[in-house]
Amino acid sequence: MKIMHAFLLSAAMSGSVAAQTVTLEVASFPDLDRGIKAAIPLYQEAHPDVEIKLVSLAFGDHHNAMTTSLATGSNLPDVMAVEVGFIGKFAASGGIEDLSKPPYNAMQYQDQFARFTLPQATGGEGNLAAIPVDIGPGALFYRQDLLQKAGVDESAFSKNWDAFIDAGKKVKEKTGAYMVAHAGDLKDIIIRSDLEDGEGIFFDKDNHSLVTSPRFEKAFKVAKEARDAGIDAKVKAWTSEWTEGLRRGQIATQMMGSWVAGHLANWIAPESAGLWRSKQLPDNVYASWGGSFYAIPAKAQHKHEAWEFIRFLALNKSMQLEAFHKLDAFPALVTAQNDQFLQQPIEFLGGQKARVQWKEAADRIPAITVNKYDTIADEIVNAELDKVLLHDKDIKEALADAHKLIKRRVRY
Amino acid sequence: MSAVMERRETPAATPVKARRSWLTRKTAPYVFISPFFILFAVFGLFPLLFTIYLSFHYWDPSTGLGGMKWVGFENFTFVLTDDWFHKSLYNTFWIALVSGVPQHLAAIPLAFFLHTRLSRWRNAVVGLYFLPFITSTVAISLVFTSLFSRDYGLINVLLTQMGQWEVAGLRPLSWVFPTENIDWNDPGYTKWVISFVVWWRYVGWNTVLYLSALQTIPKDLYEAASIDGASRRQQFWHITVPLLRPMMFLAITLSIIGNLQLFEEPFILTGGLGPGGTSIGGPDQAGKTAAMHMYATAYIESDFGTASAVAWLLFLIIAMMTWANNKAFKEKS
Repeated sequence: MKIMHAFLLSAAMSGSVAAQTVTLEVASFPDLDRGIKAAIPLYQEAHPDVEIKLVSLAFGDHHNAMTTSLATGSNLPDVMAVEVGFIGKFAASGGIEDLSKPPYNAMQYQDQFARFTLPQATGGEGNLAAIPVDIGPGALFYRQDLLQKAGVDESAFSKNWDAFIDAGKKVKEKTGAYMVAHAGDLKDIIIRSDLEDGEGIFFDKDNHSLVTSPRFEKAFKVAKEARDAGIDAKVKAWTSEWTEGLRRGQIATQMMGSWVAGHLANWIAPESAGLWRSKQLPDNVYASWGGSFYAIPAKAQHKHEAWEFIRFLALNKSMQLEAFHKLDAFPALVTAQNDQFLQQPIEFLGGQKARVQWKEAADRIPAITVNKYDTIADEIVNAELDKVLLHDKDIKEALADAHKLIKRRVRY
Repeated sequence: MSAVMERRETPAATPVKARRSWLTRKTAPYVFISPFFILFAVFGLFPLLFTIYLSFHYWDPSTGLGGMKWVGFENFTFVLTDDWFHKSLYNTFWIALVSGVPQHLAAIPLAFFLHTRLSRWRNAVVGLYFLPFITSTVAISLVFTSLFSRDYGLINVLLTQMGQWEVAGLRPLSWVFPTENIDWNDPGYTKWVISFVVWWRYVGWNTVLYLSALQTIPKDLYEAASIDGASRRQQFWHITVPLLRPMMFLAITLSIIGNLQLFEEPFILTGGLGPGGTSIGGPDQAGKTAAMHMYATAYIESDFGTASAVAWLLFLIIAMMTWANNKAFKEKS
């Protein structure tokens, strides 16, 4: 009897030892998942009791799947990757842990991240929904050869929008290439310019739309001028027309997050290596494109382990540098931003030390607040801009209509 | 008590039989047919009822099921007075008509031709016509996107080469064909391009429908007609067309239902959602159909209640159109 008892006890104990191995489910999307894949073996060295299961879906599918999971409260991962465009929505959902509260107390790390990132991840009620891993400081990429051929002064063409459009005309005339992919790209930058910390792009603190402000007027005006000057290729980013245009040197500049340099070098236009250069955005604007975050769903199974893993991904300098090195993911972590790696010349950009420039931009990007209705406002503003560009609709009228539409569609 | 039970147990059923006792002659049919009903209830009936329920609520799905808010008919009144819905509905009808009517006008003579003229190669030709229908919509739309590409598309290359064709320093075809690339993304062309792709895709399907109907028409009728001296054209108009009526009714009904639900072709041809792009449905939403509007309401605006209202209004419109079609066919016959 005693032997039997001991046997049962040891069986129970070995059972409990096995149960201590935690399987952490991480949901992500490409290319961000590559950073996680690289992190898993390193993390497991220090935490052999944690097993990490990575589920990666295509960008859109991932966010749809997360929305569905939040809706039903089931199938939620322990760690959820969120792209900046979805933060506002998820932060307002109530289905995500507030990381500023105990046991996380993430605000203590505030100074360790690029200063605009935590406000980006903060919901309307002051809840911190996610922790940043990478950011996308905006830059103006341009084809040096095309600009030289057109006789454009490289140091001055991005001083202001008039100079930019004039340069575009010269490029079009001398080389046949378009200056930008779409006139709407200019609008996107200008509506982000001259913002101060705490301001929103489309809405103020009380959810009033700001689209009739001079900022939007200027954005629409410049976009229209570019269209009338015939310097935009009228193609949307990420379409085959766009990649083909960049590949064949038919599009002379592209304003986007610094990460686009990696895309250009790796698959869009590898044969144009050495011809591209990077510059700060025109008219002294500092804006960010994209950025990835990690959140913990309120119904996650292993919150403690999830938080440990997120801290490893976001606060570990060598992890951040690894992702920077491999994926061109600009780190959100300030110590990683100050690494020597930034001083290395980038061959694709003709040996330019562009990372230093991106770091400078990152320091100046204002901490803009997000709103859960940003996507609706964006859709409406784009629709009205189409009317201005295609049907010569009066700009003031278009913006007044956009204001009305936003008020109408933001109903609840 | 125990004695009774024991007596019953010992001689009677073997354990196997006892385990299967629920599967009797009476219950077996229900058990065997249940997978269909279970699947239908989960994937068919439940979503159906849930969307009715949803259409009376405001619901942003990321807030969880608790975030639903009763709003009554507000979603419906909002959609009915919404310019974007009107525009998408107009686009839908436009594309449905421009792609749908020629589909049948081409399919009937084509089927007649295949039926009467081709004997040996008929099945192979029918197979070719049917191919677009069974190919993935996404693949088709992507191929046409690259064909209709402004700067690098084959169609523009062909058209401009014709337009720029020179004979003795003159361009004789330049008044018919363009000399410069056409921007097929321009809102003026969007609906035409979509209609063309939809027409191309479904014309084979309709041909097969009509062909199968033609095969049921007795040959004697044609023989009798030709003995009476009727030409082929007369045979077509006075025998084939009237006897095809039932199939026309079916084929047109299917076209109405399909074309009013159009989604994939216009969605991909107008560039899908694409991050950081212009609005959904291409420039000026020229190619945005009602189904795309529903999708955008749900997935861009996160407003599933209004999207459900759009879905049910679309259902009502389709039902009305089908009813009208039914009526029109009945009255004439």
